[in-house]
Amino acid sequence: MQTRTVTIVNEAGFHIRPAQLVSEKASAYESTILIKPEGTTNEANAKSILNLMTLGLAKGAVVHIEAEGSDEQEAVDAISQLVESGFGEA
Amino acid sequence: MKAQETERRFKGLGVSEGIRIGHAFVYRPLKLEDIQESRADSPERELERLEQAKAACIAELGELIERAKTTVGEEKATILKGQASFLNDPAFYPPMQALVRTEGWSAETAVLRTVGQVAAIFESMASDYMRERAADVRDVGRRLMACLVGDQGASLADIREEVIIVADDLTPSDTVQLDKRYVLGFVTRVGGKTSHTAILAQSLGIAAVLGAGGGIDQIRHGMKLAIDGSSGECIVEPDEETLRSYESKRQSELQESERLKAFGDKPATTKDGFRVEIAANIGTPEEAEGLAERGAEAVGLYRTEFLFMSVSKMPSEDVQYEAYRQAVESMQGRPVVIRTLDIGGDKELPYLDLPEEMNPFLGYRAIRLCLDRKELFLTQLRAIIRAGAHGPVKIMFPMISGLEEWRAAKALYEEARTQLAEEGAKIGEGIEVGIMIEIPSAALLADRFAKEVDFFSIGTNDLVQYTVAVDRMNEKVAELYDYFHPSVIRLIKQVIDASNKSGKWTGMCGSMAGDPLAAPLLVGLGLHEWSMSPASIPKVKAAVASLDREDCVRLAERLLELDTPGEIRAELEAYLTRI
Repeated sequence: MQTRTVTIVNEAGFHIRPAQLVSEKASAYESTILIKPEGTTNEANAKSILNLMTLGLAKGAVVHIEAEGSDEQEAVDAISQLVESGFGEA
Repeated sequence: MKAQETERRFKGLGVSEGIRIGHAFVYRPLKLEDIQESRADSPERELERLEQAKAACIAELGELIERAKTTVGEEKATILKGQASFLNDPAFYPPMQALVRTEGWSAETAVLRTVGQVAAIFESMASDYMRERAADVRDVGRRLMACLVGDQGASLADIREEVIIVADDLTPSDTVQLDKRYVLGFVTRVGGKTSHTAILAQSLGIAAVLGAGGGIDQIRHGMKLAIDGSSGECIVEPDEETLRSYESKRQSELQESERLKAFGDKPATTKDGFRVEIAANIGTPEEAEGLAERGAEAVGLYRTEFLFMSVSKMPSEDVQYEAYRQAVESMQGRPVVIRTLDIGGDKELPYLDLPEEMNPFLGYRAIRLCLDRKELFLTQLRAIIRAGAHGPVKIMFPMISGLEEWRAAKALYEEARTQLAEEGAKIGEGIEVGIMIEIPSAALLADRFAKEVDFFSIGTNDLVQYTVAVDRMNEKVAELYDYFHPSVIRLIKQVIDASNKSGKWTGMCGSMAGDPLAAPLLVGLGLHEWSMSPASIPKVKAAVASLDREDCVRLAERLLELDTPGEIRAELEAYLTRI
């Protein structure tokens, strides 16, 4: 299992567009990928837009990206990069 | 036996005039509430049904997305794409399968329960934006359910003959599916004068009766209807006598329409040669198509807000540029006056993060918002200036209340121009920059503004509200709202006179400009440009052609001496019947 901790950086937080981007990216990997917000017991399946949106993450929120499977390293790298780049938004 | 017995009548609100006779197309999309929970004998069978319904639903959405791209653009198709992605979501579909497999529920029940649960999660969230996504979830759930139930309930996209559409309500995502050629009119259970359906009907020039209530329950698919979009009367299965009467009203209407069309091509000129420019108000680039044929010499108001609404993120400079360019090119060399973003807390724009205000109409909106968010404003200005390379464009700023605001906005316009010039972009030259007059403080300072702006455009809708301090949507005081209020007329005169002194022009884009009753007054005051809903153009051109400017000037002087809106209206009505 691979884990990385990242922070949500974009102004509008984790709304429908980031959710779509993450779920599309995550679905390309074989591993199970979970997003766990810091300080809660919530977890979301990164391949599910609905799961991701209902996390209600705002700018500044800290999350752990956890991947388990044959391509877990690539999966964690890719999703982290996406989050840290602010999903291409201002 | 009288045929009268089969005829039934009911009344609603006439929101878009026109007499129409045709067959009813009853649009009753499936409601989730109509479905009863049930268990099923064979889970395998239910899973198969569910799978087939999902496939059908995805195919249907695919077709609608393609269609939406060509009718209303990519951005609007985004709502539908979002729905399609829900169907493939591991938190949406697999739970439905689980309910069937492990608890023996029917496919319908599985859909009903899962949609309910997921929607509830969104509804419990703190942000308005998230709560609204619940509606998207229910929408796709409804679509899936319809595929499952085999609801061959009429789809609006399938209409291939002229019909009168009957429905509880029509949302923008419904009407986007319509082929306008086949729509004679609308009759709906709910809605009023300012509904989306009313505005659409007016801009297309079709009859609409809204708020008809339970009257529509007696209408079945295919029944003959006769409707009157002015009186709001609807007749189901009209008998011969009624039909004759309606047909003859329709004939008169068509003749009048032909007569007015004759004015369409000509410029609006009074008998003694005073020429006014007749322009159209639009909200989307699509509305600019065919405006020249409808008699518009220009677009006097392009409301840019619609680009910013019903999208999930800020439209980029390129997206805006494409829209403005489309409008400019449709007008084929005729000017387009583009108004910068005029929006505030009364409209939901989640990505703008607008504050909740006690008085949104007196608050952080329009130019105030734009001057505070320079990046947003510069982006819009840049897009407009670039569009100006494709045809004549003018810019106007809404809700200007003082000279500082105007100067700051103008400075940002210059900054945008400088940026673009440095980048070597193709930009428009000679772009006139003016302001809306809708706040009394600006009207009262018109003489100072006239020295600096290129033009004024009087927004009577808001000018009346701010001057007389009345909210026209408030039923208790709506009677006070009248653009013939003597104070408003004084302000209009003040503005036009100030512009004349400085060699600038004054236009009007509020609904007063499209009211033929106001024509003698506006001609008398010397209003240069009149911008209105395209449907009003023929009537107003005909009215102007019947007037003598000299006489109207004297009339205007008399009207300025009167005390009440009632007296002014009466005088105008009398004048128009005399000539």
